[in-house]
Amino acid sequence: MLNRRSLLQGATAGGAALALGGALRPRAARAGTLTIGFIYVGPKDDYGYNQAHAEAAAKLKTMPGIKIVEEEKVPETDDVEKTMQSMIELDGATLLFPTSFGYFDPYMLRVAKKYPKIQFRHCGGLWQKDKHPLNTGSYFGYIGMGQYLNGMAAGYASKSKKLGFVAAKPIPQVLLNINSFTLGARAVDPSITTQVIFTGDWSMPVKEAEATNSLADQGVDCVTMHVDGPKVVVQTAAGRSMYVCGYHADQSRLAPQKYLTGAEWDWITVYRMFVTDMQGGSPLPNFVRGGLAEHFVKMSPYGPAVTEAARKHIDAVKAEMMKGGFAVIKGPLRDNKGAAVVAAGTAYPETAIQLESMNYLVEGVVGSIS
Amino acid sequence: MAPAETVTVAMVAGALRVSTPFLFVSLGECLTERSGRINLGNEGVLVLGAMVGYATSYQTGNPWLGVVSAALAGALLGAAHGGICSLARVNDVAMGIAIMLAGTGIAFFFGKPYVQPSAPQLPRIPLGFWAIESQVRSALEVSPLFFIGLAAAFAMDWFFRATRMGLRVRIVGDSADAARALGLSIHRVRLLATAAGSALAGIGGSFLSLSYPGSWNEGLSSGQGLMAVALVVFARWNPVHCVIAALIFGASGALGPSLQTIGITKGYYLFYGTPYVVTLLILAVTIRPGKALRGMPGELSIGR
Repeated sequence: MLNRRSLLQGATAGGAALALGGALRPRAARAGTLTIGFIYVGPKDDYGYNQAHAEAAAKLKTMPGIKIVEEEKVPETDDVEKTMQSMIELDGATLLFPTSFGYFDPYMLRVAKKYPKIQFRHCGGLWQKDKHPLNTGSYFGYIGMGQYLNGMAAGYASKSKKLGFVAAKPIPQVLLNINSFTLGARAVDPSITTQVIFTGDWSMPVKEAEATNSLADQGVDCVTMHVDGPKVVVQTAAGRSMYVCGYHADQSRLAPQKYLTGAEWDWITVYRMFVTDMQGGSPLPNFVRGGLAEHFVKMSPYGPAVTEAARKHIDAVKAEMMKGGFAVIKGPLRDNKGAAVVAAGTAYPETAIQLESMNYLVEGVVGSIS
Repeated sequence: MAPAETVTVAMVAGALRVSTPFLFVSLGECLTERSGRINLGNEGVLVLGAMVGYATSYQTGNPWLGVVSAALAGALLGAAHGGICSLARVNDVAMGIAIMLAGTGIAFFFGKPYVQPSAPQLPRIPLGFWAIESQVRSALEVSPLFFIGLAAAFAMDWFFRATRMGLRVRIVGDSADAARALGLSIHRVRLLATAAGSALAGIGGSFLSLSYPGSWNEGLSSGQGLMAVALVVFARWNPVHCVIAALIFGASGALGPSLQTIGITKGYYLFYGTPYVVTLLILAVTIRPGKALRGMPGELSIGR
């Protein structure tokens, strides 16, 4: 079923096809060219989540034999199905990256069943072999490790020993980031607490600014965030002379003096791997995860406010993480209501699947999930 | 600071910080509706004003030029609404929605290159210089636009009460027949009132991008323009009451984050709903069934 938008696109694509000698599908037009579709939930220059993906897509373009089609601000509704369909039918895409969490179920799965020869790889979803089609899959990075290092930098910089976290929604990935940030800071100084404020949605600029201001009013002197576009939080925090740790992409340009470091995505590693497999004709992996060692995640360069001692300590922990097996979440661990959540002797390294269904805030976090 | 004090300071600060765009849009809408026309397009004007203001400030380095150009952009879009609505059989509400979509669409299209750069911001007046607590000092850092908005509210009140022009707007808004009998050009008065109203809404938009939260992106407004239209009903078409409505709305918006910082963290979704609940409550308490709203312009109707 085609909608009006795809028909309009069809008019241009159809024109191109005619010019190439009546080939009906653009895919057949030039053999050897791989067309890849990227779908973003927000604007691709948001200093955040979408920008991180779009930057990697821009790097892919420089590889030979690649054509990239992109669409931004596609809602997590039926719309994304239409976008995928039009990328397949009209642009001839054979590999799709729907990058937002809510695209996975049911939209991407539905389209994937309809087009078994097209490859779909989704960012953040939990792909399961017995439940999901074989032409789909998911990839994600262990960015919680980056938030742990952020927390350490914050722990060294903070004078008031109160840190802040502006978060969108209490889903497992966000909770893991809040907990990792807090545990990183408490590894430096166990008296540190993190005040978390949930804004309720991924992009709420006025609420994010209000949240940052009320954290400053409470004496918090260093913040980080998990929202789609961190620009407002970074600028507001720097305006209130708080330190900032970045997220998703490098925001140091927005607060050169106050930016400590940041947990960034490095998606080009993942995309290059998928594309190389595709071009070489080998099957694509279905479940891909990686962290700092695999270059799925990287840290922003240190800002001027990070002391020499802090750099040494953080670099040492980072080197430990690169070896693999480093566990941020390990027992004995209590949640912030006092209940034991991880028993002594149990440790969940970054690869542990249990972390992807986290539903608690650790001791030291001020805030609640509901 | 004691928790109760913290919340109070946060709410005052929130009222001063968040209320300005609501104030400007509701004043603009008040002017337009007093002339007998509804302009739902002010949501689009708010977004367009934010983008144009930010872009101008970035290009020229002068944020005040940004405010002026935001007002101009608003006036243009308002004039488009006013002009088209004066044609026969054009529905105000439907046209307003079209203007809203057009305004946001234009702003998103031309605003792309300005998402990344940082534009010069409007200065703030440090009214809290006497305070020792940094919370109070920062709470009382008020944008000059807030005071311009206050002045505009009182000026508009005086305009309706004491000037010939104001009287004309009121006549056109209350009874088209009386206006025709007096030989007033209904279309011209409504066109001017709509353009001027949208210019005010445009200034409100420039506050969002040039003062607070002070950056341009596509999620900036998140429906504030539409809420401001509702505030006019709540303020009973009285400009001075618009100030009170905007302040209440700003203060209750600050409740959610500040309650979370003092440890009341359960049910934050509910706290974020307070502004809407407050509006509903006041409307419910003050409305009398079967009677027209006090202060409502006689020509105002959604059926036309």
